[in-house]
Amino acid sequence: MKNAKGPVRLLQGNEAMVEGALMAGCRFFAGYPITPASEISELMSQRLPALGGTFIQMEDEIASMGAVVGASLAGVKAMTATSGPGFSLMQENIGFAAMTEVPCVVVDVMRGGMSTGLPTSPGQGDVMQARWGTHGDHPVIVLAASSVRDSFTITIQAFNLAEKYRVPVILLSDEIVAHTRESLVLPSVHEVEVVNRIKPTSPPDWYKPYEDNSRGVPPMAAFGDGYRHHVTGLVHDTHGFPTERPDEVKAFINRQFRKITHGAAEIQMTRRLLLDDAEVAVVAYGSVSRAVHRAVLRARENGIKAGLLQLITLFPFPKKAVDAVLRQCRSVLVPELNIGQISREVKRVNLTAKVVKYNRIDGLGITPDEIYGELMKL
Amino acid sequence: MTAAKKDGSDDRYEIRLGGSGGQGIILAAVILAEAAAIHGGYQVCQSQSYGPEARGGRCKAEVVVATGEIDYPQVIMVDILLALTQEACDAYFHNFKPNGLLLADSTFVKQLPTSRVISLPFTRIAMEKTGKAMTTNMVALGAVGVVNRLITTAHLEKAIQARSPHGSAQVNLQAFRAGVKATKALDLSKLPRSVSPEEEDEV
Repeated sequence: MKNAKGPVRLLQGNEAMVEGALMAGCRFFAGYPITPASEISELMSQRLPALGGTFIQMEDEIASMGAVVGASLAGVKAMTATSGPGFSLMQENIGFAAMTEVPCVVVDVMRGGMSTGLPTSPGQGDVMQARWGTHGDHPVIVLAASSVRDSFTITIQAFNLAEKYRVPVILLSDEIVAHTRESLVLPSVHEVEVVNRIKPTSPPDWYKPYEDNSRGVPPMAAFGDGYRHHVTGLVHDTHGFPTERPDEVKAFINRQFRKITHGAAEIQMTRRLLLDDAEVAVVAYGSVSRAVHRAVLRARENGIKAGLLQLITLFPFPKKAVDAVLRQCRSVLVPELNIGQISREVKRVNLTAKVVKYNRIDGLGITPDEIYGELMKL
Repeated sequence: MTAAKKDGSDDRYEIRLGGSGGQGIILAAVILAEAAAIHGGYQVCQSQSYGPEARGGRCKAEVVVATGEIDYPQVIMVDILLALTQEACDAYFHNFKPNGLLLADSTFVKQLPTSRVISLPFTRIAMEKTGKAMTTNMVALGAVGVVNRLITTAHLEKAIQARSPHGSAQVNLQAFRAGVKATKALDLSKLPRSVSPEEEDEV
Protein backbone atom coordinates (compact mmCIF):
# COMPACT_ATOMS: atom_id res chain seq x y z
CA MET A 1 0.00 0.00 0.00
CA LYS A 2 2.96 2.34 0.61
CA ASN A 3 4.00 1.82 -2.99
CA ALA A 4 0.55 2.51 -4.36
CA LYS A 5 0.75 4.30 -7.70
CA GLY A 6 -2.53 6.18 -8.17
CA PRO A 7 -2.97 9.94 -8.20
CA VAL A 8 -2.23 11.90 -5.02
CA ARG A 9 -5.41 12.94 -3.28
CA LEU A 10 -6.06 15.21 -0.36
CA LEU A 11 -8.54 13.44 1.90
CA GLN A 12 -10.06 13.93 5.33
CA GLY A 13 -9.95 11.01 7.73
CA ASN A 14 -13.71 10.74 7.34
CA GLU A 15 -13.40 10.58 3.55
CA ALA A 16 -10.61 7.99 3.75
CA MET A 17 -12.89 5.81 5.90
CA VAL A 18 -15.52 5.87 3.16
CA GLU A 19 -12.91 4.92 0.55
CA GLY A 20 -11.66 2.09 2.78
CA ALA A 21 -15.18 0.83 3.45
CA LEU A 22 -16.11 0.81 -0.23
CA MET A 23 -12.89 -0.99 -1.13
CA ALA A 24 -13.62 -3.57 1.58
CA GLY A 25 -16.96 -4.23 -0.12
CA CYS A 26 -19.33 -2.17 2.02
CA ARG A 27 -22.53 -1.62 0.05
CA PHE A 28 -24.93 -0.47 2.75
CA PHE A 29 -24.88 2.55 5.01
CA ALA A 30 -27.62 3.71 7.34
CA GLY A 31 -26.98 6.63 9.61
CA TYR A 32 -27.91 9.93 11.09
CA PRO A 33 -25.44 12.79 10.51
CA ILE A 34 -23.59 14.20 13.51
CA THR A 35 -20.49 16.36 13.91
CA PRO A 36 -17.67 15.31 13.58
CA ALA A 37 -18.78 12.21 11.63
CA SER A 38 -21.16 13.84 9.13
CA GLU A 39 -18.77 13.72 6.16
CA ILE A 40 -18.93 9.92 6.27
CA SER A 41 -22.71 9.96 5.75
CA GLU A 42 -22.47 12.72 3.19
CA LEU A 43 -19.90 10.96 1.03
CA MET A 44 -21.60 7.56 1.40
CA SER A 45 -24.83 9.12 0.12
CA GLN A 46 -22.97 10.20 -3.02
CA ARG A 47 -20.85 7.11 -3.59
CA LEU A 48 -23.06 4.14 -2.68
CA PRO A 49 -25.89 4.57 -5.22
CA ALA A 50 -23.35 4.75 -8.06
CA LEU A 51 -21.92 1.40 -6.93
CA GLY A 52 -25.30 -0.27 -6.74
CA GLY A 53 -25.30 0.05 -2.97
CA THR A 54 -27.85 1.52 -0.58
CA PHE A 55 -27.70 4.65 1.53
CA ILE A 56 -30.47 5.44 3.99
CA GLN A 57 -30.66 8.46 6.25
CA MET A 58 -32.61 7.08 9.18
CA GLU A 59 -34.76 8.88 11.73
CA ASP A 60 -32.20 8.32 14.48
CA GLU A 61 -29.22 6.21 15.53
CA ILE A 62 -31.32 3.43 17.10
CA ALA A 63 -32.95 2.78 13.74
CA SER A 64 -29.63 3.23 11.93
CA MET A 65 -28.03 0.40 13.84
CA GLY A 66 -31.12 -1.78 13.32
CA ALA A 67 -30.95 -1.21 9.57
CA VAL A 68 -27.25 -2.10 9.53
CA VAL A 69 -27.91 -5.41 11.30
CA GLY A 70 -30.75 -6.17 8.88
CA ALA A 71 -28.66 -5.41 5.81
CA SER A 72 -25.83 -7.60 7.02
CA LEU A 73 -28.25 -10.48 7.73
CA ALA A 74 -29.36 -10.11 4.12
CA GLY A 75 -25.76 -10.67 3.04
CA VAL A 76 -24.53 -7.12 2.44
CA LYS A 77 -21.49 -5.64 4.16
CA ALA A 78 -22.88 -2.76 6.20
CA MET A 79 -21.71 0.09 8.36
CA THR A 80 -22.81 3.21 10.17
CA ALA A 81 -20.95 6.20 11.56
CA THR A 82 -21.71 8.48 14.45
CA SER A 83 -20.26 10.35 17.41
CA GLY A 84 -20.76 9.93 21.18
CA PRO A 85 -24.43 10.95 21.49
CA GLY A 86 -25.45 8.69 18.60
CA PHE A 87 -23.14 5.91 19.77
CA SER A 88 -25.07 5.83 23.05
CA LEU A 89 -28.31 5.26 21.15
CA MET A 90 -26.78 2.46 19.07
CA GLN A 91 -25.74 0.34 22.03
CA GLU A 92 -28.91 -1.75 22.24
CA ASN A 93 -28.67 -2.96 18.65
CA ILE A 94 -24.89 -3.39 18.85
CA GLY A 95 -25.67 -5.93 21.58
CA PHE A 96 -28.17 -7.57 19.25
CA ALA A 97 -25.49 -7.77 16.53
CA ALA A 98 -23.05 -9.37 18.99
CA MET A 99 -25.67 -11.86 20.23
CA THR A 100 -26.75 -12.84 16.72
CA GLU A 101 -23.15 -12.77 15.39
CA VAL A 102 -23.89 -10.28 12.64
CA PRO A 103 -20.78 -8.73 11.06
CA CYS A 104 -20.91 -4.94 10.93
CA VAL A 105 -18.70 -1.89 11.35
CA VAL A 106 -19.64 1.02 13.59
CA VAL A 107 -17.52 4.15 13.35
CA ASP A 108 -17.50 6.42 16.40
CA VAL A 109 -15.74 9.71 15.72
CA MET A 110 -15.12 10.83 19.29
CA ARG A 111 -15.76 14.41 20.33
CA GLY A 112 -15.34 16.06 23.71
CA GLY A 113 -17.47 15.64 26.77
CA MET A 114 -20.46 13.62 27.91
CA SER A 115 -23.98 14.12 26.50
CA THR A 116 -23.87 16.55 23.55
CA GLY A 117 -20.58 17.81 24.97
CA LEU A 118 -18.18 19.65 22.67
CA PRO A 119 -19.37 18.88 19.11
CA THR A 120 -16.35 20.30 17.26
CA SER A 121 -13.59 19.32 19.70
CA PRO A 122 -11.59 16.09 19.89
CA GLY A 123 -11.92 13.56 22.69
CA GLN A 124 -11.23 9.92 23.53
CA GLY A 125 -13.87 9.49 26.17
CA ASP A 126 -15.79 6.68 24.45
CA VAL A 127 -13.10 4.00 24.78
CA MET A 128 -14.78 2.06 27.57
CA GLN A 129 -18.19 2.61 26.00
CA ALA A 130 -16.88 1.01 22.81
CA ARG A 131 -15.89 -2.06 24.84
CA TRP A 132 -18.72 -2.24 27.36
CA GLY A 133 -21.44 0.11 26.06
CA THR A 134 -23.98 -2.62 25.53
CA HIS A 135 -25.03 -4.85 28.41
CA GLY A 136 -23.93 -8.38 29.18
CA ASP A 137 -20.63 -10.14 28.56
CA HIS A 138 -20.18 -9.82 24.83
CA PRO A 139 -17.40 -10.09 22.28
CA VAL A 140 -16.45 -7.00 20.35
CA ILE A 141 -13.38 -5.73 18.54
CA VAL A 142 -12.38 -2.09 19.00
CA LEU A 143 -9.85 -0.44 16.68
CA ALA A 144 -8.44 3.11 16.73
CA ALA A 145 -7.24 5.16 13.74
CA SER A 146 -4.58 7.86 14.09
CA SER A 147 -4.20 9.33 10.61
CA VAL A 148 -5.84 9.61 7.21
CA ARG A 149 -3.84 6.62 5.98
CA ASP A 150 -5.00 4.64 9.03
CA SER A 151 -8.56 5.71 8.39
CA PHE A 152 -8.33 3.98 5.04
CA THR A 153 -6.39 0.83 5.94
CA ILE A 154 -7.92 0.18 9.35
CA THR A 155 -11.44 0.53 7.96
CA ILE A 156 -10.62 -2.30 5.56
CA GLN A 157 -9.25 -4.34 8.46
CA ALA A 158 -12.39 -3.57 10.47
CA PHE A 159 -14.58 -5.09 7.76
CA ASN A 160 -12.24 -8.06 7.35
CA LEU A 161 -12.30 -8.84 11.07
CA ALA A 162 -16.08 -8.38 11.28
CA GLU A 163 -16.59 -10.81 8.41
CA LYS A 164 -14.07 -13.36 9.63
CA TYR A 165 -15.20 -13.48 13.26
CA ARG A 166 -18.87 -12.48 12.83
CA VAL A 167 -18.71 -9.69 15.40
CA PRO A 168 -19.50 -5.99 15.44
CA VAL A 169 -16.27 -4.04 15.03
CA ILE A 170 -16.14 -0.59 16.60
CA LEU A 171 -13.79 1.74 14.77
CA LEU A 172 -12.80 4.71 16.88
CA SER A 173 -11.67 7.95 15.31
CA ASP A 174 -11.55 11.40 16.83
CA GLU A 175 -12.24 14.92 15.64
CA ILE A 176 -8.57 15.52 14.78
CA VAL A 177 -8.20 12.33 12.71
CA ALA A 178 -11.63 12.82 11.12
CA HIS A 179 -11.21 16.40 9.94
CA THR A 180 -7.50 16.59 9.15
CA ARG A 181 -6.79 16.42 5.44
CA GLU A 182 -3.65 14.61 4.36
CA SER A 183 -2.13 13.63 1.06
CA LEU A 184 -2.74 10.00 0.26
CA VAL A 185 -2.38 7.67 -2.69
CA LEU A 186 -5.10 5.03 -2.66
CA PRO A 187 -4.14 1.52 -3.77
CA SER A 188 -6.10 -0.25 -6.48
CA VAL A 189 -8.66 -2.83 -5.43
CA HIS A 190 -6.28 -5.66 -6.44
CA GLU A 191 -3.65 -4.54 -3.93
CA VAL A 192 -6.03 -4.83 -0.99
CA GLU A 193 -6.90 -8.03 0.86
CA VAL A 194 -10.64 -8.36 1.32
CA VAL A 195 -12.19 -11.04 3.55
CA ASN A 196 -15.76 -12.25 3.02
CA ARG A 197 -17.91 -14.24 5.45
CA ILE A 198 -18.03 -17.98 4.83
CA LYS A 199 -21.38 -19.18 3.54
CA PRO A 200 -22.86 -22.61 4.24
CA THR A 201 -22.32 -25.37 1.68
CA SER A 202 -24.59 -27.96 3.31
CA PRO A 203 -28.09 -28.57 1.94
CA PRO A 204 -30.51 -25.97 3.37
CA ASP A 205 -32.37 -28.55 5.46
CA TRP A 206 -29.20 -29.53 7.30
CA TYR A 207 -28.10 -25.98 8.10
CA LYS A 208 -27.57 -25.24 11.77
CA PRO A 209 -26.90 -21.48 11.84
CA TYR A 210 -25.15 -21.48 15.22
CA GLU A 211 -23.32 -24.80 15.19
CA ASP A 212 -19.80 -24.81 16.61
CA ASN A 213 -16.79 -25.70 14.48
CA SER A 214 -13.00 -25.58 14.83
CA ARG A 215 -12.91 -21.81 14.39
CA GLY A 216 -15.94 -21.18 16.58
CA VAL A 217 -17.43 -19.14 13.72
CA PRO A 218 -20.41 -20.82 12.02
CA PRO A 219 -20.97 -20.27 8.26
CA MET A 220 -23.50 -17.50 7.70
CA ALA A 221 -26.36 -17.79 5.23
CA ALA A 222 -27.93 -14.62 3.89
CA PHE A 223 -31.67 -14.16 4.11
CA GLY A 224 -32.90 -15.04 0.64
CA ASP A 225 -30.27 -17.71 0.02
CA GLY A 226 -32.83 -20.43 0.76
CA TYR A 227 -31.44 -21.27 4.20
CA ARG A 228 -34.41 -20.59 6.46
CA HIS A 229 -33.25 -19.82 9.97
CA HIS A 230 -34.28 -18.03 13.10
CA VAL A 231 -32.51 -14.99 14.52
CA THR A 232 -33.14 -13.85 18.08
CA GLY A 233 -31.57 -11.74 20.80
CA LEU A 234 -32.45 -14.45 23.31
CA VAL A 235 -29.68 -16.93 24.02
CA HIS A 236 -30.18 -19.58 21.36
CA ASP A 237 -29.26 -23.15 20.53
CA THR A 238 -27.43 -24.30 17.41
CA HIS A 239 -30.69 -23.98 15.42
CA GLY A 240 -31.13 -20.38 16.44
CA PHE A 241 -34.10 -20.96 18.75
CA PRO A 242 -34.25 -19.71 22.35
CA THR A 243 -32.81 -21.97 25.01
CA GLU A 244 -32.33 -21.74 28.76
CA ARG A 245 -30.58 -25.08 29.12
CA PRO A 246 -27.44 -24.24 31.14
CA ASP A 247 -25.22 -26.55 29.07
CA GLU A 248 -26.34 -24.88 25.84
CA VAL A 249 -26.15 -21.36 27.29
CA LYS A 250 -22.64 -21.94 28.61
CA ALA A 251 -21.43 -23.43 25.33
CA PHE A 252 -22.93 -20.56 23.38
CA ILE A 253 -21.42 -17.76 25.49
CA ASN A 254 -18.05 -19.49 25.71
CA ARG A 255 -17.88 -19.85 21.94
CA GLN A 256 -18.41 -16.09 21.57
CA PHE A 257 -15.20 -15.43 23.46
CA ARG A 258 -13.27 -18.44 22.16
CA LYS A 259 -13.55 -17.30 18.57
CA ILE A 260 -11.96 -13.96 19.47
CA THR A 261 -9.29 -15.52 21.70
CA HIS A 262 -8.27 -17.88 18.93
CA GLY A 263 -7.79 -14.95 16.57
CA ALA A 264 -5.99 -12.76 19.11
CA ALA A 265 -2.61 -12.88 17.37
CA GLU A 266 -4.19 -11.44 14.24
CA ILE A 267 -6.72 -9.17 15.91
CA GLN A 268 -4.41 -7.44 18.39
CA MET A 269 -2.59 -4.95 16.18
CA THR A 270 0.07 -2.59 17.52
CA ARG A 271 2.88 -0.48 16.07
CA ARG A 272 6.29 -0.25 17.69
CA LEU A 273 8.56 2.78 17.33
CA LEU A 274 12.12 2.68 18.73
CA LEU A 275 11.14 0.25 21.49
CA ASP A 276 13.96 -2.30 21.13
CA ASP A 277 16.32 -0.51 23.55
CA ALA A 278 13.79 1.82 25.17
CA GLU A 279 14.04 2.63 28.87
CA VAL A 280 10.92 4.79 28.94
CA ALA A 281 7.92 4.20 26.73
CA VAL A 282 4.63 5.78 25.78
CA VAL A 283 1.49 3.75 25.11
CA ALA A 284 -0.90 5.78 22.96
CA TYR A 285 -3.64 5.48 20.35
CA GLY A 286 -5.57 7.68 17.94
CA SER A 287 -4.50 11.25 17.20
CA VAL A 288 -2.49 11.45 20.42
CA SER A 289 0.00 8.88 19.13
CA ARG A 290 1.11 11.33 16.45
CA ALA A 291 2.17 13.93 18.98
CA VAL A 292 3.96 11.12 20.84
CA HIS A 293 5.76 10.06 17.67
CA ARG A 294 7.31 13.48 17.39
CA ALA A 295 8.11 13.76 21.09
CA VAL A 296 9.84 10.35 21.06
CA LEU A 297 12.06 11.35 18.12
CA ARG A 298 12.98 14.57 19.91
CA ALA A 299 13.73 12.68 23.12
CA ARG A 300 16.01 10.30 21.19
CA GLU A 301 17.86 13.29 19.65
CA ASN A 302 18.48 14.47 23.18
CA GLY A 303 19.81 11.15 24.40
CA ILE A 304 16.71 9.78 26.12
CA LYS A 305 15.94 6.18 25.19
CA ALA A 306 12.23 6.61 24.54
CA GLY A 307 9.86 4.50 22.47
CA LEU A 308 6.22 4.35 21.44
CA LEU A 309 3.78 1.47 21.48
CA GLN A 310 0.83 2.58 19.38
CA LEU A 311 -2.32 0.56 19.94
CA ILE A 312 -4.34 -0.03 16.78
CA THR A 313 -6.51 -2.59 18.56
CA LEU A 314 -7.83 -1.39 21.92
CA PHE A 315 -9.99 -4.49 22.59
CA PRO A 316 -9.34 -7.34 22.97
CA PHE A 317 -6.65 -5.42 24.85
CA PRO A 318 -3.20 -6.29 23.42
CA LYS A 319 -1.83 -7.61 26.70
CA LYS A 320 1.22 -9.37 25.28
CA ALA A 321 2.55 -6.33 23.47
CA VAL A 322 1.96 -4.10 26.51
CA ASP A 323 3.41 -6.70 28.89
CA ALA A 324 6.70 -6.74 26.97
CA VAL A 325 6.98 -2.95 27.19
CA LEU A 326 6.14 -2.87 30.89
CA ARG A 327 8.76 -5.52 31.69
CA GLN A 328 11.44 -3.72 29.70
CA CYS A 329 10.93 -0.07 30.65
CA ARG A 330 11.23 1.65 34.02
CA SER A 331 8.33 4.01 33.33
CA VAL A 332 5.44 4.05 30.88
CA LEU A 333 3.45 7.15 30.02
CA VAL A 334 -0.17 6.82 28.87
CA PRO A 335 -1.47 10.11 27.41
CA GLU A 336 -5.18 10.28 26.57
CA LEU A 337 -7.94 12.75 25.77
CA ASN A 338 -9.99 11.38 28.67
CA ILE A 339 -9.50 10.92 32.41
CA GLY A 340 -7.47 7.74 31.95
CA GLN A 341 -9.46 4.91 30.38
CA ILE A 342 -6.64 2.94 28.75
CA SER A 343 -4.04 3.78 31.42
CA ARG A 344 -6.04 1.57 33.77
CA GLU A 345 -5.99 -1.31 31.28
CA VAL A 346 -2.22 -0.88 31.05
CA LYS A 347 -1.93 -1.08 34.84
CA ARG A 348 -4.02 -4.25 34.84
CA VAL A 349 -1.42 -6.05 32.69
CA ASN A 350 1.31 -5.93 35.30
CA LEU A 351 2.87 -3.51 37.74
CA THR A 352 6.59 -3.97 37.01
CA ALA A 353 6.94 -0.49 35.48
CA LYS A 354 5.66 2.78 36.85
CA VAL A 355 2.58 3.73 34.80
CA VAL A 356 2.05 7.48 34.58
CA LYS A 357 -1.06 8.94 33.01
CA TYR A 358 -1.37 12.28 31.27
CA ASN A 359 -4.82 13.54 30.44
CA ARG A 360 -6.52 16.42 28.71
CA ILE A 361 -10.28 16.90 28.90
CA ASP A 362 -10.57 20.55 27.86
CA GLY A 363 -11.43 19.99 24.19
CA LEU A 364 -7.86 20.49 22.98
CA GLY A 365 -5.45 17.91 21.59
CA ILE A 366 -2.15 16.96 23.23
CA THR A 367 0.94 18.58 21.67
CA PRO A 368 4.42 17.08 21.15
CA ASP A 369 5.83 19.63 23.64
CA GLU A 370 3.53 18.38 26.38
CA ILE A 371 4.52 14.74 25.78
CA TYR A 372 8.19 15.68 25.66
CA GLY A 373 7.81 17.51 28.96
CA GLU A 374 6.20 14.45 30.53
CA LEU A 375 8.90 12.16 29.10
CA MET A 376 11.57 14.32 30.77
CA LYS A 377 9.89 13.77 34.14
CA LEU A 378 9.80 9.95 33.86
CA MET B 1 9.95 10.07 8.30
CA THR B 2 10.95 13.59 9.09
CA ALA B 3 13.60 13.55 11.79
CA ALA B 4 13.10 16.13 14.49
CA LYS B 5 16.22 18.10 15.34
CA LYS B 6 17.22 18.85 18.90
CA ASP B 7 15.14 22.00 19.00
CA GLY B 8 12.16 20.17 17.55
CA SER B 9 12.36 21.91 14.18
CA ASP B 10 12.75 20.22 10.81
CA ASP B 11 11.67 20.97 7.29
CA ARG B 12 8.09 21.64 8.29
CA TYR B 13 6.66 24.80 6.74
CA GLU B 14 3.62 25.94 8.64
CA ILE B 15 0.81 28.25 7.62
CA ARG B 16 -2.08 29.31 9.84
CA LEU B 17 -5.17 31.13 8.55
CA GLY B 18 -7.53 32.86 10.96
CA GLY B 19 -10.78 34.73 10.57
CA SER B 20 -14.46 34.60 11.31
CA GLY B 21 -16.68 31.62 10.50
CA GLY B 22 -18.10 31.96 6.96
CA GLN B 23 -15.15 33.90 5.52
CA GLY B 24 -13.88 30.85 3.67
CA ILE B 25 -10.84 30.24 5.87
CA ILE B 26 -11.12 26.47 5.59
CA LEU B 27 -11.63 26.54 1.81
CA ALA B 28 -8.52 28.71 1.48
CA ALA B 29 -6.55 26.19 3.55
CA VAL B 30 -7.85 23.27 1.48
CA ILE B 31 -6.76 25.06 -1.71
CA LEU B 32 -3.30 25.70 -0.22
CA ALA B 33 -3.07 22.04 0.81
CA GLU B 34 -4.17 20.73 -2.58
CA ALA B 35 -1.77 23.06 -4.41
CA ALA B 36 1.08 21.75 -2.23
CA ALA B 37 0.10 18.06 -2.25
CA ILE B 38 -1.40 17.39 -5.65
CA HIS B 39 0.47 19.93 -7.77
CA GLY B 40 3.62 20.53 -5.71
CA GLY B 41 4.28 16.93 -4.67
CA TYR B 42 4.73 17.77 -0.97
CA GLN B 43 3.41 15.91 2.06
CA VAL B 44 0.58 17.91 3.60
CA CYS B 45 -1.56 17.97 6.72
CA GLN B 46 -4.46 20.41 6.80
CA SER B 47 -6.54 20.87 9.92
CA GLN B 48 -9.04 23.32 11.34
CA SER B 49 -10.82 24.35 14.46
CA TYR B 50 -14.10 26.14 14.79
CA GLY B 51 -17.03 26.41 17.14
CA PRO B 52 -20.48 24.90 16.74
CA GLU B 53 -21.99 28.01 15.08
CA ALA B 54 -22.55 28.01 11.28
CA ARG B 55 -21.51 31.68 10.82
CA GLY B 56 -19.42 33.96 12.98
CA GLY B 57 -17.19 32.87 15.82
CA ARG B 58 -13.46 32.44 15.54
CA CYS B 59 -12.25 30.05 12.91
CA LYS B 60 -8.74 28.74 12.30
CA ALA B 61 -7.31 26.51 9.60
CA GLU B 62 -3.75 25.24 9.37
CA VAL B 63 -1.55 23.76 6.67
CA VAL B 64 1.69 21.92 7.42
CA VAL B 65 3.88 21.26 4.37
CA ALA B 66 6.99 19.07 4.34
CA THR B 67 9.09 16.98 1.99
CA GLY B 68 9.00 13.96 4.33
CA GLU B 69 6.17 12.26 6.18
CA ILE B 70 4.48 14.49 8.75
CA ASP B 71 4.00 13.01 12.21
CA TYR B 72 2.24 15.72 14.22
CA PRO B 73 -0.49 17.10 11.94
CA GLN B 74 -1.01 20.54 13.47
CA VAL B 75 1.10 23.70 13.47
CA ILE B 76 3.97 23.80 15.97
CA MET B 77 5.63 27.12 14.99
CA VAL B 78 3.97 29.49 12.53
CA ASP B 79 5.87 30.59 9.41
CA ILE B 80 2.94 32.50 7.96
CA LEU B 81 -0.11 33.74 9.82
CA LEU B 82 -3.05 35.22 7.94
CA ALA B 83 -5.46 37.23 10.07
CA LEU B 84 -8.69 38.51 8.56
CA THR B 85 -10.11 39.88 11.82
CA GLN B 86 -8.65 41.55 14.90
CA GLU B 87 -10.02 38.77 17.10
CA ALA B 88 -8.35 36.08 14.96
CA CYS B 89 -5.10 38.05 14.98
CA ASP B 90 -5.09 38.25 18.77
CA ALA B 91 -6.15 34.63 19.27
CA TYR B 92 -3.88 32.91 16.76
CA PHE B 93 -0.64 34.89 16.98
CA HIS B 94 0.86 32.42 19.49
CA ASN B 95 3.80 30.23 18.43
CA PHE B 96 4.84 32.79 15.81
CA LYS B 97 8.37 32.08 14.55
CA PRO B 98 10.93 34.86 15.17
CA ASN B 99 11.25 35.26 11.42
CA GLY B 100 7.59 34.50 10.74
CA LEU B 101 5.35 36.75 8.70
CA LEU B 102 1.91 38.11 9.54
CA LEU B 103 -0.51 38.94 6.74
CA ALA B 104 -3.26 41.14 8.12
CA ASP B 105 -6.43 42.45 6.52
CA SER B 106 -6.00 46.16 7.25
CA THR B 107 -9.74 46.62 6.70
CA PHE B 108 -10.33 45.06 10.13
CA VAL B 109 -7.00 44.41 11.86
CA LYS B 110 -5.96 47.74 13.33
CA GLN B 111 -3.61 46.73 16.15
CA LEU B 112 -0.67 44.57 15.21
CA PRO B 113 1.34 42.30 17.49
CA THR B 114 4.55 42.30 15.40
CA SER B 115 6.49 44.51 13.03
CA ARG B 116 6.99 41.58 10.65
CA VAL B 117 3.69 42.24 9.00
CA ILE B 118 2.21 42.84 5.59
CA SER B 119 -0.95 44.81 6.05
CA LEU B 120 -3.24 44.95 3.02
CA PRO B 121 -6.96 45.77 2.78
CA PHE B 122 -8.00 42.32 1.53
CA THR B 123 -11.72 42.94 2.03
CA ARG B 124 -11.59 46.33 0.30
CA ILE B 125 -9.64 44.86 -2.62
CA ALA B 126 -12.22 42.08 -2.92
CA MET B 127 -15.09 44.58 -2.97
CA GLU B 128 -13.37 46.76 -5.56
CA LYS B 129 -12.33 43.90 -7.85
CA THR B 130 -15.29 41.52 -7.72
CA GLY B 131 -17.93 43.39 -5.77
CA LYS B 132 -18.15 40.41 -3.43
CA ALA B 133 -16.80 40.42 0.12
CA MET B 134 -16.94 36.63 0.02
CA THR B 135 -13.91 36.61 -2.30
CA THR B 136 -11.74 38.14 0.46
CA ASN B 137 -10.31 34.69 1.16
CA MET B 138 -9.08 34.46 -2.44
CA VAL B 139 -7.46 37.90 -2.31
CA ALA B 140 -5.67 36.86 0.87
CA LEU B 141 -4.70 33.56 -0.72
CA GLY B 142 -2.99 35.59 -3.46
CA ALA B 143 -0.90 37.31 -0.81
CA VAL B 144 -0.03 33.97 0.83
CA GLY B 145 0.92 32.66 -2.61
CA VAL B 146 3.42 35.46 -3.12
CA VAL B 147 5.11 35.43 0.28
CA ASN B 148 5.28 31.71 1.08
CA ARG B 149 8.39 29.69 0.37
CA LEU B 150 6.97 26.45 -1.11
CA ILE B 151 3.61 26.80 -2.81
CA THR B 152 3.61 28.58 -6.18
CA THR B 153 0.87 30.89 -7.44
CA ALA B 154 0.61 28.72 -10.59
CA HIS B 155 -0.19 25.65 -8.48
CA LEU B 156 -2.62 27.69 -6.41
CA GLU B 157 -4.48 28.77 -9.55
CA LYS B 158 -4.89 25.12 -10.57
CA ALA B 159 -6.18 24.22 -7.13
CA ILE B 160 -8.61 27.17 -7.14
CA GLN B 161 -10.04 25.99 -10.44
CA ALA B 162 -10.48 22.45 -9.12
CA ARG B 163 -11.98 23.41 -5.75
CA SER B 164 -14.20 26.38 -6.57
CA PRO B 165 -17.90 25.65 -6.30
CA HIS B 166 -19.63 25.52 -9.68
CA GLY B 167 -19.43 28.76 -11.63
CA SER B 168 -17.24 30.60 -9.13
CA ALA B 169 -13.79 29.72 -10.49
CA GLN B 170 -13.45 32.85 -12.64
CA VAL B 171 -14.44 35.32 -9.96
CA ASN B 172 -12.21 33.51 -7.48
CA LEU B 173 -9.25 33.67 -9.85
CA GLN B 174 -9.92 37.35 -10.44
CA ALA B 175 -9.79 37.99 -6.70
CA PHE B 176 -6.72 35.77 -6.29
CA ARG B 177 -4.80 37.68 -8.98
CA ALA B 178 -5.75 40.99 -7.39
CA GLY B 179 -4.22 39.74 -4.15
CA VAL B 180 -1.07 38.62 -5.96
CA LYS B 181 -0.73 42.00 -7.67
CA ALA B 182 -1.25 44.03 -4.49
CA THR B 183 1.36 41.99 -2.63
CA LYS B 184 3.94 42.14 -5.39
CA ALA B 185 3.64 45.92 -5.35
CA LEU B 186 5.14 45.90 -1.85
CA ASP B 187 8.87 45.85 -1.17
CA LEU B 188 9.20 42.80 1.05
CA SER B 189 12.93 43.33 1.55
CA LYS B 190 12.18 46.39 3.66
CA LEU B 191 10.40 44.32 6.33
CA PRO B 192 12.10 44.65 9.71
CA ARG B 193 13.55 41.54 11.28
CA SER B 194 11.79 40.32 14.36
CA VAL B 195 12.51 41.54 17.86
CA SER B 196 14.33 38.88 19.84
CA PRO B 197 13.24 38.10 23.39
CA GLU B 198 16.47 39.67 24.73
CA GLU B 199 15.78 42.92 22.92
CA GLU B 200 12.25 43.04 24.33
CA ASP B 201 13.73 43.59 27.77
CA GLU B 202 15.64 46.63 26.62
CA VAL B 203 12.60 48.77 25.91
